[in-house]
Amino acid sequence: MLDNVSVITLDQIAAEVWLLKQDGYRFVTMTCCDEGEVHDVLYHFDKNYALKHLRVKVRKGESLPSISGIYFAALLVENEMKDLLGVSVSGMVIDFQGHFMLAEGAPKAPLNKSIPGIGIQVQEKTPAAAEGTVKS
Amino acid sequence: MNRRSTIPFGPQHPVLPEPIQLHLVMENEKIIQALPAVGYIHRGLEKIAEKKDYIQDVYLAERICGICSFMHSQNYCQGIEELMKVTVPDRAKYLRVIWAETHRIHSHLLILGLLADAFGFENLFMRLWKVREQILDIMEKTTGNRVILGVCAIGGVKRDITPELADYVLRQLESVEKQLPELCDSLLKDYSVRQRLIGVGVLPKDKAHELGAVGPVARASGLRMDLRERGYAAYGDLDFKMVTEEAGDCYARTTVRVKELYTSLELVRKAIQRMPQGPIAVPVKGTPPADEVLARIEQPRGELNFYIRGNGTRNLERFRVRTPTFANLPALLHQLTGCELADVPVIAICIDPCISCTER
Amino acid sequence: MVNLTNSIFRKLFSRPETLRYPFVKRELPEGTRGRIDIEIDKCTFCGACEKRCPANSLKVTREPKSWTINPYSCIICGYCIEVCPKKCIIAHKEHYSPNT
Repeated sequence: MLDNVSVITLDQIAAEVWLLKQDGYRFVTMTCCDEGEVHDVLYHFDKNYALKHLRVKVRKGESLPSISGIYFAALLVENEMKDLLGVSVSGMVIDFQGHFMLAEGAPKAPLNKSIPGIGIQVQEKTPAAAEGTVKS
Repeated sequence: MNRRSTIPFGPQHPVLPEPIQLHLVMENEKIIQALPAVGYIHRGLEKIAEKKDYIQDVYLAERICGICSFMHSQNYCQGIEELMKVTVPDRAKYLRVIWAETHRIHSHLLILGLLADAFGFENLFMRLWKVREQILDIMEKTTGNRVILGVCAIGGVKRDITPELADYVLRQLESVEKQLPELCDSLLKDYSVRQRLIGVGVLPKDKAHELGAVGPVARASGLRMDLRERGYAAYGDLDFKMVTEEAGDCYARTTVRVKELYTSLELVRKAIQRMPQGPIAVPVKGTPPADEVLARIEQPRGELNFYIRGNGTRNLERFRVRTPTFANLPALLHQLTGCELADVPVIAICIDPCISCTER
Repeated sequence: MVNLTNSIFRKLFSRPETLRYPFVKRELPEGTRGRIDIEIDKCTFCGACEKRCPANSLKVTREPKSWTINPYSCIICGYCIEVCPKKCIIAHKEHYSPNT
């Protein structure tokens, strides 16, 4: 239901982001979802409360070019993606080497779905709990 | 000769309410580079959100932050409502505004108090927090808890404000408003406070835009940016007026927060007076569809983003939180570069850092 | 500083804002969400609360009939009170005391 999404490829990122910056857009954030084969990376930009999104599919093993040279603000979220999802981002202005959010000895890439077992045990849901309504 | 040294600021420091480390590369007394080191309170909350079902996530979202907790659950509920196409009753929207704005008042009073504490004005710190206590009393009386309200639900709210309680809230607000001018004057007009804040940590308008600053930090630099203008919840009917300043220094940020206290008081009052009668919640059935939404809301510290993606089951596919402090960190690094070591505490506290939100 | 001088003198001659806690207890308003308890006679041990609890702090078994709560992990969100079909879970005004 996101409006204004344009799907681009890896080599177009820098040019597209540069154009948006010239256009006066503010960098909001990036979101990365693990979709099994690929990482689905979304760039969110804002101008006068109107959002614009760029969508890039990054195959696992491919490396995502950093936009922190264009928008310095992106470096924190890129480092976070590297830590939590295991996306390799190349060319970051400041690289925390995978220790931005996670300490040494912490589980690697906990939000990555292809690396199982991160030490969270969750109760199995029974079918009876799968139906229900929110009431006031 | 210039000597370079690196000073670790934090993770434990008297002015920091929460642990964050700033690596300050110094040349004599001047900072030439600042680097953040976060991760001391990373809780893996986004991962837990995928494992719980979408109704349990309301309680989880509320616990992202211990200061602006209601706004997190409000944003989460608004996001899920947008995904599932639920229309919330009008009264619930007004009630959400009331609690969100009381949260804003208490959060601003808290940070102004901490700021006073940071430059050694302890009397003012205690007096501001005493006023804050009355706001917390409002929340305790109307919802049953002081900070983690737990009243926001998908499809509406859980508790109603009866006419007697509304009278009580108005009385408390009046008493708060009576005490504020004296305290805010001592915060804004005092000679030593002005000396300490004016011209410190300047963030020019173009830099603020480029670095993606949000909230009072951006508004103090002259950026007109407040999501409440978009009129989510009931803000559209409450004639909201944005507060901006031009200078972009710590004093301007403090002024923005002080002025926002008054706009928030006015908003709560208007919301109580204009609140329509009717139901406070609609029942919600079904599960979030396989779709995505970016929910946004204006928090005391700025713009809060939740990216929510459903997958047709009761669990969420992805729940990502971008809190305002996360967006303000690059701006903080910019302000620190070139300033003196003695100004670091004031600058750091002036962006209103909320580290546990940032790391989730 | 002039601003605060008046108020400092006012405060000197007024009563303290704090309560003498162990002797004077703060009165909690109606509807405070405190300690979670159960009216065990009404309970049918259906387990609805156990499945919904966000913190997994409830344990319900049918045979033998038991309902236990772990006060250390309970976050007092009140979700169990909402979902209970018999409405037999209640929240007391006072909070868990440290020695339970």
